[in-house]
Amino acid sequence: MTQLALVIDLNVCVGCHACVTNCKQWNTSGAAGSLTDCNPYEAEPNGTFFNRVQTFEVGSFPNTETVHFPKSCLHCEDPACVPVCPTGASYKRKEDGIVLVDYDKCIGCKYCSWACPYGVREFDEQRKVMTKCTLCVDRIYDQSLPEERRKPSCVLACPPGARLFGDVHDPESEVSVAIRERGGYVLMPEANTKPANHYLPRRKTALKIRDEELYRSDNPHKIDGAPFDKDLPPTNEELN
Amino acid sequence: MHPALSVIFLTTLIGAGQGLFIALFFCELLAPTATTPGFLAGGSALVLLLCGAGLIASFFHLGHPERAWRAATMWRTSWLSREVIALPAFMAAAFAYGVAHWSGAGHTLLIGVVGVLLALTLFICTAMIYAAIKVLKEWAHPLTPVNFILLGSASGMTLAAAYAGFAAPELTTALAQAAVVLTSLALLTRGAALVRNARLSPASTLQTAIGIRHPRIVQKAQGAMGGSYNTREFFHGKSANFVRTIVPVFLVLTFFVPLALVFSLPLLAFLAQYGGLMAERWYFFAEARHPQNLYYQGKS
Ligand code: SF4
Ligand code: SF4
Ligand code: SF4
Repeated sequence: MTQLALVIDLNVCVGCHACVTNCKQWNTSGAAGSLTDCNPYEAEPNGTFFNRVQTFEVGSFPNTETVHFPKSCLHCEDPACVPVCPTGASYKRKEDGIVLVDYDKCIGCKYCSWACPYGVREFDEQRKVMTKCTLCVDRIYDQSLPEERRKPSCVLACPPGARLFGDVHDPESEVSVAIRERGGYVLMPEANTKPANHYLPRRKTALKIRDEELYRSDNPHKIDGAPFDKDLPPTNEELN
Repeated sequence: MHPALSVIFLTTLIGAGQGLFIALFFCELLAPTATTPGFLAGGSALVLLLCGAGLIASFFHLGHPERAWRAATMWRTSWLSREVIALPAFMAAAFAYGVAHWSGAGHTLLIGVVGVLLALTLFICTAMIYAAIKVLKEWAHPLTPVNFILLGSASGMTLAAAYAGFAAPELTTALAQAAVVLTSLALLTRGAALVRNARLSPASTLQTAIGIRHPRIVQKAQGAMGGSYNTREFFHGKSANFVRTIVPVFLVLTFFVPLALVFSLPLLAFLAQYGGLMAERWYFFAEARHPQNLYYQGKS
């Protein structure tokens, strides 16, 4: 069974919001649109987005790290939002595990958004229906696109490549390997919704260089950048 | 959670209607000589009035009320869908009960039993809409259905006492006694829920929400400047002080005023209790802390 999902690398995300704008652009002009904007040019601009990037500061000054955190529907394997829907508008596709809302059936009761622990469903204030990330279902199977473009808009937009897309049930897929080898984890595991989307943790990429590693036997100065020291042992060249 | 007026009206109005129907049925069952068909038929009309008003209020909660019929389709999994079926079914039973009394068609006790069972089913469906949401720990507990049943029955019984004051005075005292019993029981169970919820610790933290294990995490941006659905739907938007003051207000109005007044001024007792229940329902929503709020720390 296929379960398509996103894997988001928090170590790579720079918080540029390119995924947010590209998601909005694709979906507002596509099958899932249009995505409402209220007061776009006034105070308190707000609207419907399927994807948001939030920013957190971890630690106390001066030992702080800024973490940018993209957040969209996690296409849970046991989605809390689906069974509560009274109309069947919210459903999970058997063939690829994508959780979708049928806008023609939704009565806008908002019950699904209460059941989802993650706050990733957004009620569209103009269309009066519940909306959420579609995993770009109208892109990823589009035969008219070249194959390498059959990916979610947010994935294609991400400049540093922090977003991976694939089948988390296929152990050899890029996403499964990333989860396995780079410590992929899910959000709020205690909610028992088994999110399909995973996050890859921040990693310290510091390189520890010991003094003896700086010693250059073939360098007359012995140590990079240091002045010549006659007390240092002779190099191989000097000995030969 | 944001308390929606439409849902507050829906749950309190139909609760009183269901409670009133249960009261009418027991009047007929236990005091057949004192009840007149007119009293029971009029009472059923009152039940329908309350439930009809609740139904109308509920439509204001929907984005697409014209599609509401679709909500009856997923009864296998959704308590909301079950409520959507149970409410009209109960109203139909109340209608049949009233007509049977009014026209003298008979079989009233049988219709009454069906109606009472449907009233209880409806209480459970309504309450389970909330109790079935596992991530809202304040609601996901058997006390939620118990409270919906007892609070609705108590307000219906108080209303029955008030109604009997006009239509069947000899029943007033017995109904007022029943209202005292139900109101006291409801005070105990609602109090228990208050105590339980005050001691709850949330299952999720900001650490599990974003998956970073560090004791100090501060949100710097929540992904929107002018708010979003997430900041509107899941926050009550009132000060902590306001929320705290609602508790004594609803306790006094829902329980203590009716207990003191139901024998002497039952109509006033009902009005106070109904107002109290609206405050109670408001608090019921406001005290529920949704885990999604962890992602919106900028909002109180
Ligand atoms: S993240 Fe929320 S909306 Fe998305 S599938 Fe899971 S429970 Fe449903
Ligand atoms: S808002 Fe729409 S999708 Fe969500 S539970 Fe209600 S009908 Fe279903
Ligand atoms: S997969 Fe598509 S709909 Fe979902 S967040 Fe990315 S761009 Fe938006």
